[in-house]
Amino acid sequence: MRKKILQLFLILLAPVILAGSFLLGPHGFHLPDTATPIGQVLVELRLYRIAAGFLVGAGLACSGAVLQALLRNPLADPYVLGVSGGGALGAALVIFFGWSAVVALALPAGAFAMALATLLLVYRLASRGSVVSVYGLILGGVVVSSMLSSLLMLLVFFAGDRMPPIIFWMLGNLQVTDPSLLLACGGCMIAAFAVMWLLSHELNALTLGRDMAHNLGVRTEFAVALALGAATLAAASAVALCGLIGFVGLIVPHAMRQVVGADHRRLLPVSAVAGGVFLVACDTFARLIVAPVELPVGVITALTGGPFFLLLLRQRKQTWLE
Amino acid sequence: MNTAIQLINVSAGYPTRPVLRDLSLEIRAGETVALLGPNGAGKSTLLQVITGRHPATSGTVQLFGRDVRHLPAAERARLVSVVPQQLEAPMAFTVEEMVMMGRTATLQRWQGPSAADRQIVEQAMVYTDVLKLRGRLFQEMSGGERQRVVIAMALAAEPQLILLDEPTSHLDMNHRIEVLELISRLNCERGVAIVMVAHDLSLAAEFFPRLVMLDATGRIAADGSPTEVLREPTIEAVYRCRVHVHPDPACGALRVFPRRTRAYTKVAATEHGTKSP
Repeated sequence: MRKKILQLFLILLAPVILAGSFLLGPHGFHLPDTATPIGQVLVELRLYRIAAGFLVGAGLACSGAVLQALLRNPLADPYVLGVSGGGALGAALVIFFGWSAVVALALPAGAFAMALATLLLVYRLASRGSVVSVYGLILGGVVVSSMLSSLLMLLVFFAGDRMPPIIFWMLGNLQVTDPSLLLACGGCMIAAFAVMWLLSHELNALTLGRDMAHNLGVRTEFAVALALGAATLAAASAVALCGLIGFVGLIVPHAMRQVVGADHRRLLPVSAVAGGVFLVACDTFARLIVAPVELPVGVITALTGGPFFLLLLRQRKQTWLE
Repeated sequence: MNTAIQLINVSAGYPTRPVLRDLSLEIRAGETVALLGPNGAGKSTLLQVITGRHPATSGTVQLFGRDVRHLPAAERARLVSVVPQQLEAPMAFTVEEMVMMGRTATLQRWQGPSAADRQIVEQAMVYTDVLKLRGRLFQEMSGGERQRVVIAMALAAEPQLILLDEPTSHLDMNHRIEVLELISRLNCERGVAIVMVAHDLSLAAEFFPRLVMLDATGRIAADGSPTEVLREPTIEAVYRCRVHVHPDPACGALRVFPRRTRAYTKVAATEHGTKSP
């Protein structure tokens, strides 16, 4: 009963937050005047921003949910595992070499390639035979992430004027100005989501371990590869679109599991909506709290998500860090 | 087609450490077999070889007349269910959701569970007496309840063969009997073939008409009825442990008692030794 009320509340809350984010400006609630060119641009910018925020939040949350299922651990998240960091370097390389100007899809593609390479590296570092250590994954993720961000810094250093907004981008910036990029990354995320959702039964079985999933009739190698690929694609597209935004993939699926349970057929769509709405809300907060200056939204999510991560780590130490 | 499992000259293991050597075994549909043997004899590996999880390095493995290597995963899972020693569910699934996972191989990708799926799951829960736990979290169940849920999960696949890997090793004796009775009821009422890895020789002798004993080198040491397999010299050679085998005066089933080989006498307490408080 309590759960039902909570679910209803969240369903009603989602459109309110989205509408609020659209209407809220630095001067309070009001619809921009669409008769003036400035008003039209403002409407366009806000719509892009909400679309980007929603897509990125949804992509990160689903990516986190799937990684948590595959690693059988609620501490997994694309940011913690270094997948986002890899994606950021990949996207930066694409910008550096000027490929993103040729075709918008190059940006998520580059991010995906590097993100996948990072995930495989971290996974490899953390596994001994068929046993994957969660400590190893988290430590490996942290170390690889910081190495990747150093490489990114190096790239910025050598790029000079070519990449001015990189710092802001690294901390997460949802203000998309190029609709073709929004379309390319959004398309990738929707494709990734479709793959993840269609693998729901397999993901459920895989939370019981690969042996049990095999016994239940899952083609484990195939399902794991496909799901990892989709989770990486979703996270990489999010990074390509808006930079590094941490912890959304950690908090949202974890919280939603408390609300709708662990079944991925429900968990994935609910996490997508909740992640999208959560990020839009964080972003609205970030752009208004010290208006007219904007805070990077990654700062807000990291400040809410970081302590949450530590709390989880502390609470369930014994069972999750074996 | 009345052969459930047919192994012909199967070897399996790792390049540096062979586990099963040249093993041939036939188990008919509807049969109940207990798989015995000391730790490391390859009993669990044998179950994994049967489901195709662990590839055989040589020989053929057939399930219901079909080579397991060419049997699609979903089709295999509809024939054979597995109950592991202990199932850990790190995510918060309810009992009903867990049992529904038993139907993974049958569920449609584009739809949720059908009315038929729900009915089969409900019947499985009734059969193992976990229906009243359906909405509770699997993680919160006790050991005995968990094994009943996992057996319901195995049942939900409506298999013709259930493989169990020491399903009672973490349970108290009352829950052991409960699980073993459930398994033999399944066999009697539904004709499901059962292969169970067992550690407790006496319980195996009481519940299983056929025992297969593997030795430490991964070969079959004995195969037959309890009276044929549970001979003192056989057990002593396979387990390297002295035993007594006696029929139980109450039910007639054979009981195996391990015997200690060495006795120690207490060293007299010294100044530095421990004295009783």
